[in-house]
Amino acid sequence: MSEEYGEFGVDSKRLREVGIELDRSKRSGTFLMEDQHAKTFASFFEGVEVMSIKQAMEKYDWVKDYFWKILRKDQDEFTKMADTEDVNGYFIRSLPGAKVEIPVEACLYLKRADKQRVHNIIIAEEGSELNIITGCTSHPGAIGMHIGLSEFFVKKNARISFTMIHGWDTTIEVRPRTAIKVEEGGTYIGNYILLNPVKLVQAYPTAYVEKDGTVIYSSVIVAHEGSVVDYGSRAILMGENSRVEIISRTISKGGKIIARGHIVGDAPGAKGHLECRGLMLSENGLIHAIPELEARYPNVELSHEAAIGKIAEEEIFYLMSRGLSRDEAVSAIVRGFMEIEIKGLPEALQEAIRRTIEMAEKDLL
Amino acid sequence: MGVLRVVNLGVKVGDKSILKNVNLFIKEGETFVLFGPNGSGKSTLLNALIGNPSYQITSGRIIFKKIDVTNLPANERVRLGMGISFQNPPKISGVKLIDVLRYCARVGGYGEDKIMEFAEIMKMKDHLYREINVGFSGGEIKRSELLQLMLMNPDLVLLDEPDSGVDLENVALIGDAIRRLLDRDKTEDRVKSGIIITHQGHILDYVDADYAAILYNGRIACTGEPKDILNQIRNHGYEGCLAKCLRNMESLE
Repeated sequence: MSEEYGEFGVDSKRLREVGIELDRSKRSGTFLMEDQHAKTFASFFEGVEVMSIKQAMEKYDWVKDYFWKILRKDQDEFTKMADTEDVNGYFIRSLPGAKVEIPVEACLYLKRADKQRVHNIIIAEEGSELNIITGCTSHPGAIGMHIGLSEFFVKKNARISFTMIHGWDTTIEVRPRTAIKVEEGGTYIGNYILLNPVKLVQAYPTAYVEKDGTVIYSSVIVAHEGSVVDYGSRAILMGENSRVEIISRTISKGGKIIARGHIVGDAPGAKGHLECRGLMLSENGLIHAIPELEARYPNVELSHEAAIGKIAEEEIFYLMSRGLSRDEAVSAIVRGFMEIEIKGLPEALQEAIRRTIEMAEKDLL
Repeated sequence: MGVLRVVNLGVKVGDKSILKNVNLFIKEGETFVLFGPNGSGKSTLLNALIGNPSYQITSGRIIFKKIDVTNLPANERVRLGMGISFQNPPKISGVKLIDVLRYCARVGGYGEDKIMEFAEIMKMKDHLYREINVGFSGGEIKRSELLQLMLMNPDLVLLDEPDSGVDLENVALIGDAIRRLLDRDKTEDRVKSGIIITHQGHILDYVDADYAAILYNGRIACTGEPKDILNQIRNHGYEGCLAKCLRNMESLE
């Protein structure tokens, strides 16, 4: 594996923590960007294109039409900051009808940059399927800010699963900006995992869902002492029978979490559900759940459930009565709390999430 | 030889005193049935025996296999050979039945093959990868609880209402499992002991027991032959049965 990535001067242990496989035989494409430089990228599968956004712009003159198409430059000061000449990022595209089940792997690595500015374009052409895992991390000791813009285009009857695993440091501020357009009959599965300490993460990906489109968002977030995580998932159900499911699991280990969710039902038959659960593992810390439902059309079905608390003593005792010590019982319950099963996610990615959770577990308890 | 000896046990939950001066003695191979109206403290007794920290011991001692376990945590009592099936076990999201069965098999010293074998017997194979107790029916909960006990293979089996909410089709299955847990089909060398709590007593149609008593108002009264006591409760109600046996006790004096 060192011959794969080590030559690029990145810390492979950090990559492993964010689900990066380091084994090209298990990926259909790879992309590695350090600060503003795309260090390496390649596609190993006919139906998928993986390149830097700079190269994509040179190759196809239509790529610029997707740039800033569903994100706005003037959205906030961070989107403005990312609108620079040297912005870089990945371009991943599955060709019409291509089924790319083996994941494409993308890694964004912050080493020396004061502000890493990333702008990604991801396109699943009509009837295609694309699975992506992206790990974002920083070099040990790095200080800075990561601004990551991503625009996803799920064309008619296409499907994208996007699993993002973050592993930063207490010196890094992270501001992803994500928009997703799901065309008729398309599916977008978005997973976000953040288990390590960070200074601040603030993100609120928004999906615009057209007729018969489906969006499933899942997130597992741990905020350690000193971390502030303001993370939400939003879906605008703008087409007939479009639907969304949002599942959020948050754990405060002394840090502050704002868990947001927002579903807008604006078309007949639109259906959305938001499930937000929080676990307080520390006397300090804070979890603030803000689920929002917004109906703009009579014939919609929107619901949410939110629950925050500590681990129930009754559950700990139950497992102790099956032979576990108190500590073992607590850890089994916390692991269960974080283990979300994501429908439609390839096993390799489910496994990457599981492994990330296992690695982070010992620091959690 | 005595397996369990409970001396002057007092238990409270929160500020409420539930059990007062309960005394019990169970020998190796013996099965004891405890009847009692709702709220009489039957579940409290079993929870105190297994070491549920929500049930606070205010007096007395619990001696299990000659060891004072009064202050031991539940997992250590389980390691010593106690096991319990709960009436209303909690749901734990994300923790699957198979995970819990593996913990239980660790206690009983069994491997994966036994988990599958017992799960088949208890008709729980389809539930192995479901979150424990989440969406389980009443009968499925009982079968899951007994399956867990089978894998722990305890010497002292504590059963809290194992037959409540079980449909007729499954009562026989549950009865078989309990007989097996308690060595009831053996006529000699029976080593397993147990306490069965039952409100309605249906399970006694499938499992024979050595003796029974009624827990009333936090005290154990009316010890006797299980079927006999059950008949008296059915014919005279708890109050009637108690009045009768108190009269008998007085005339004996």
